This record gives sequence, structure tokens and C-alpha cells, in this order.
Amino acid sequence: MSFVKLTASALAIAAVSATAAAARDQVQVAGSSTVLPYASIVAEAFGENFDFPTPVVESGGSSAGLKRFCEGVGENTIDVANASRAIKEKEIKACAEAGVTDIIEVRIGYDGIVFASDINGNEFAYTPTDWFLALSDKVLVDGKLVDNPNKTWADVNADFPAQDIQAFIPGTKHGTREVFEDKVILAGCEATGAFEAFLHNAEGDSDKAKKKAAEKACIALRTDGVSVDIDGDYTETLARIESNKDGIGVFGLAFYENNTDKLQVATMSGIVPSTESIATGEYPVSRPLFFYVKKAHIGVIPGLKEYAEFFVSDEVAGSDGPLSEYGLVADPELVKTQEAVSAEAVLGGNS
Amino acid sequence: MSDTSKTSLLALTPRTKARNAAEKRFRAYGIAAIAVGLMMLIVLVTNIIGKGTGAFQQTFVTLNVELLESKLDKKGNRDLDDIKKVTTFGYNPLIRGAMEAKLAEIGIETDMKGKDLEGILSKGAVGQLREYVTTNPDKIGETVEFRFLAQSRVDGYLKGRVTRESIENDKAISVEQLELVDQLVDAGVIVKTFNADFILGADASDQRPEAAGIGVAMLGSLSMMLVVLALALPIGVAASIYLEEFAPKNRLTDIIEVNISNLAAVPSIVFGILGLAVFINYMHLPTSAPLVGGLVLTLMTLPTIIISTRASLKAVPPSIRDAALGVGASKMQSVFHHVLPLAAPGILTGTIIGLAQALGETAPLLLIGMVGFIASNPPETLVDGLLAPNSAMPAQIYEWAKRADPAFYERAWGGIIILLVFLVTMNTLAVILRRRFERRW
Repeated sequence: MSFVKLTASALAIAAVSATAAAARDQVQVAGSSTVLPYASIVAEAFGENFDFPTPVVESGGSSAGLKRFCEGVGENTIDVANASRAIKEKEIKACAEAGVTDIIEVRIGYDGIVFASDINGNEFAYTPTDWFLALSDKVLVDGKLVDNPNKTWADVNADFPAQDIQAFIPGTKHGTREVFEDKVILAGCEATGAFEAFLHNAEGDSDKAKKKAAEKACIALRTDGVSVDIDGDYTETLARIESNKDGIGVFGLAFYENNTDKLQVATMSGIVPSTESIATGEYPVSRPLFFYVKKAHIGVIPGLKEYAEFFVSDEVAGSDGPLSEYGLVADPELVKTQEAVSAEAVLGGNS
Repeated sequence: MSDTSKTSLLALTPRTKARNAAEKRFRAYGIAAIAVGLMMLIVLVTNIIGKGTGAFQQTFVTLNVELLESKLDKKGNRDLDDIKKVTTFGYNPLIRGAMEAKLAEIGIETDMKGKDLEGILSKGAVGQLREYVTTNPDKIGETVEFRFLAQSRVDGYLKGRVTRESIENDKAISVEQLELVDQLVDAGVIVKTFNADFILGADASDQRPEAAGIGVAMLGSLSMMLVVLALALPIGVAASIYLEEFAPKNRLTDIIEVNISNLAAVPSIVFGILGLAVFINYMHLPTSAPLVGGLVLTLMTLPTIIISTRASLKAVPPSIRDAALGVGASKMQSVFHHVLPLAAPGILTGTIIGLAQALGETAPLLLIGMVGFIASNPPETLVDGLLAPNSAMPAQIYEWAKRADPAFYERAWGGIIILLVFLVTMNTLAVILRRRFERRW
């Protein structure tokens, strides 16, 4: 019977898998979807230039990547975690509990966050204050905190056209959201004086707790549908803007640069976002990108160290390299990073 | 006398008229429903074909590259290790030189610099060149003709997606470059032709949408289908034969039966979580491997196969079994010699439909690491195909659809066409099998 043959082959597959599961010859990477394009560009070039197979890069988000990274040491765990934010104390602790103690932190460069709208729509020149007034849950009116009354951009800033406020911002699971809150909303909160008011109202035992509560109140966004959280990718934000011409979306610089035929970018505090203006620090909304390497896997997984060194080499991550061409802002301290990677300097160590 | 006695066969009563009208209306509703369905299908198909066919064509640039010894093998001893030390970045000057030579040959004058000339080609051109040199080191010093991919914006320009207006703020290409492209097209250096690499090739990074292909992901899908077929068919058929022919009808088998039906309704993402927990975290099978994907999809397909197999076993009339038993066959003989062959077309149909369903599944693959930049190395052996990291067709389409460059969007639609071809073929196969071998009593 053919069933017998099929069953036999099924058993053979199972047997093969049991023995072969112990051998992995390619680097496995997972994590932030912001870092994914850069990591895939490097992985592809790495596969072309070295005799090692092309590394595998999965997406899934910074937190999910670091969680998998911290699952333990061994061939069935990933070697590298990409992250669009620095690793947290909590995560380092979780890692250590699972036996992942030596972690090499590698900063690859900076990523700019831009505000863009439909190409045929109105032009905008924002400041953080405008965004705070447009999206915050409570704003300061005549010295009192009231529910946000602003309906159109003209209400926010008399220089703007009377276009309905409609913002598509990254959802809370995105690393980008944190940067948006920190560098835009919080900055606007402080600039309008609302922070002082929040601090005055804040409850807490210590000054520190009060400050924290005030910050939290600052970044609370209005929930009346004016600001929409996008949990998907930038392509979803783009689709939303295409169907709602009044929409303003938050994008990564690289995504905008690939879609300049559909989007126009707004300036922030008078500066046009570009890799140059972000590198000089003039454009305020940017954040560093990282990847984390498991030191215990160096020497076990072939090509791991070479991959890390190749990633931060001048040819790749330098200001003329392919990553910069794609939209990554080169790190001015790349040399330091290169030294740290080749010395395998771990997090928390003083080497 | 009442009115009813005066009715005539020739004249319709109001009641009959009303009934006839109701029937006509019902038929009209039916036709309208079919029309709506058909319209949706037409919109869908024209949309897919309109957006996806572009992916099957690609723009190529033919250049004669002089493989300079001074750049590729400075020592001149053709030692492969030395040649390999030159990274792809070292090949850029060769491409620049080839481009300049070509322009001089056909008499185009331009004041563009090397980097802009190079920008017309795909970023993968240097990789292609290095690959050639490392496999044919004896060709160093000669001039070889290459067919390179053009970069995605140039390709989009030839396909009408990119225009001079749309690239106003684009850093990847300039209007001058497009002028040059126009001239090169006239000279026959740049041509748009069929691109087999889209169907057979591997995935490419975000910077090279022009080089991306669905071939490796297709192999991943096929490996998974192999695992599903090898596991789900024997297990499913064995389970249904036992339940249908041998198992006593009691409360326990009733519970099993209900639960199999329940299992068929479980959302597929649940199987993904299960696969992550059991196959990867507990059994330590490799992540991103089609084997694990296949195992997860097996769990998903099993209920479908069991239900359809049981239905086709039930459809075999009891007289067949009775006749077999009557001439002295054992129960097992009656099942394997008579009932199973008669039920086989139905079983196969169910299996193929189950496989087709599994082929289009993405959700469980998200959790076992088969989505991302993965399908970059074509597997060399069957074992490799099962265990080396790979993606699957629907996962690859999902991945492409969310990448930034609009050229990937076109490839996502192209991938959908290929996936649909697979699904339609499988479903047609199922229909043919049923038509040809099914017997009715």
C-alpha cells in the first residue's frame, strides 16, 4: 500500500529532523521592523561577499525580538536581536535569568521620524507645540487644563489652513511611538507650559513620582478619533492617507524617501528632515537603532562575528554606504562601535 | 355560489398570479446574487492581473565589462582566496567603466558622473559580477558581456509607474538619468523582457526590489506541502477508517467526533502558537524551517481530511461491505479491498482541498519565524529544503506588500498571480479526480 510508503517516509523525515536539528550554519536575526530593511541589506551583501550563507532576518518588533533573544543560549535561539530602542534593565535581567549574560550592544546609526501628508494637500511647518496642542488629551487654556477643544489645524496655529486634524500615529507596540511621545509631544507639553500645570496637579509621594505622573499626563493623547493608532506598518499609514487626504502620518525617513511621489514631508521647527539634517542634530525627531549580539554564540554559529563586523564597517554603515543611501543616518561615532565589536565588548563590562 | 366556482383554467386567479410573481422575483434575486458574485470575481481578477503582470517583466541593461586584473587580482596569481578578498564594493569601478565605455561606443555624451551612471543599474549588479569572477577566475583580464538588472525606478519608468513628475523629490533617481535611459532604450542597450528570475529566484533586500523572486519561497511552500501530505493523509485516513468502520458507537466516539469538527473551526493562528510551543520550544526543532511549518499545517489540515474521508466512506453503500463479508472477507479485507478504493476519489478530493487551504495560510507561519527576509538561499537537497530556513509563498507576498519601495508592491501582486495559479490547478485537479473516478449508486 502507498500508505505504508508514506508513513515510512514520514517517519524518515522525523528521524532526520531529530539528528539535523543540532546543526545550524546561518546567523539568525529577529526583531524591530524598522531595522529589518537595513539588516536585510546587510545580510544580502554579507551572503554575497563571504562564504557563509545569507543570514536569516525575521521581523516582529523590538520587544518580541529581545524576548526571543533572552530565551537562552543554544542553537535554537536567535543570535542577534534588532531593536529600535536600547535594551531595558528589565530585559537584561530576564536575559541573565535565562543564562544570556554577555550581550554585545551595537549602535548602527540613527533613524529619522518624519511627518508627511498627501502630496497634493496643504504644506505644514510644525513645531512640537503644534502637535501637542493638536493631539493631547488636555491642553492649557487661560491657565486652566481643559479637554482639547481644537478641531482644525487653524485652531492650533493661526498660520495653518483650516484643515481637520487627522493624525495617523504608530501604535503603542512600536518603538517609534516612544520617540514620538518623547521628542514631540513631551517637548510640546513643556513648551506650552502644560507640563507645569500637570506637575502642579500631580499626585505622588516624591518629586520624582510627581514628575513621572506629569510626564504620563503629558503624553496622554485624545481619544475622540482625531488621532488614530496604526499598529501595522508604514504601508498601512500610507494607505490611510491615500484614502483620507486630510490625514497626516508619522513615517520613518527611509519610507518617505521611497514614496516621495505620494507624500510631502513637513518641516519640524523649521528644519527639513534629511539624513544630513539628522546627522547634524538640527532635525530633532530621531532615535538610535541597535542590534544585540549573544557573545556565547560567537565561535559557535559560523559567521556571527563577521556579520556584526561587516554591519558596522565603513563600507556598509558609513556615510557613503548602502545603509545611508537607503535612509539610515550614519553614526558619527562609528569607529568606536567598530572597535567595541571587534573587541567583543559586552554590556555592563568596562572593556 | 362562491366566486371560486367561476375560476377558469385559462384565466389566472389573483392568488396564482401572486405566486408566479413571487417565483419570478425569487429567480431575479438568485440571478442578482450570482451577478454580484461574478462581478466581485471579475473586479478581483482584473485588479490582480492588472497590477501583477508587471512583475513578470523586468528591465535589463546589457554591458560589456572589462574584468580588470588591476582591480580584481592585484597579485596576478589567480589565487581564489585573494580574489575573494575583493568585496562587491571593489567592483563598482568596473561597472562605472563599462557604462562609460558603452556610452562612448554608441556616441552618447553626458556630463553625469560615475556614481549617477552606476545608479541606473541594480545594486545587485556588483554581486552578480563578483559571483561570476569567483566562479570563473580565469576570465580576469577579459571583457565579458553581462546582462544586469536595471534599478527599480528605471524599471518603473519603462513600465509607466515612474514619471518625470513623480520623481521630483526622489533621491534614488534624477531627471537627467531618465533622459539617459531614454537614449539607452533607443540604442537597444536597455530592454524590457520576460523575467524568469521572478518565478525562480530568491528574495532580495529592500534596496533591490528588481532582483526579488518568489522561487525559493515556492520551494518552501512545496516542502511544507510534502510534509503535510506525508503526515496528514495517512493519519487522517487511518483515523477516519477506524472511526467509521471499526469504532463502537458510544459516548466516547461521539465526543471525539464533535471535537474533530470543532478542531476544523479553530483559527489557524492558534495552531501557530501551538507549533511554537511544542515543536520549537519543547522539541527544539529549528525555527523558520519548512518542516515545522509543515507540521503546524498538518494539524490544521487533519480535521478537514478526516471529515471529508469519513463522508466519502459513508457514501459507499453498505451492500458492498455486506457482499464482501458474505463471501468470507474479514472486516479489514472488506475495508481495504472494497470500501477504500471506492472512497478513494472522495478522499483525494478532500486532501487536495485541504492542501490548497494550507498552501494559502500565512497566520501560523508568522509565529514560527517564516516571515521576514528569509527566502534568500535556495535549498540544495531535500533535507536542506525541510530544515534550512525558508519562507512560504503567502508569507513572501505579505512581506513584500509591507516593504517601503512601491516596486515591491507590484511583486506582491505578481506573487498573488502565481499563488492563484497553484490554487486553481489544485482545485481543478480535485474536480477532475472527482469527475473521473467517482461512482454513484
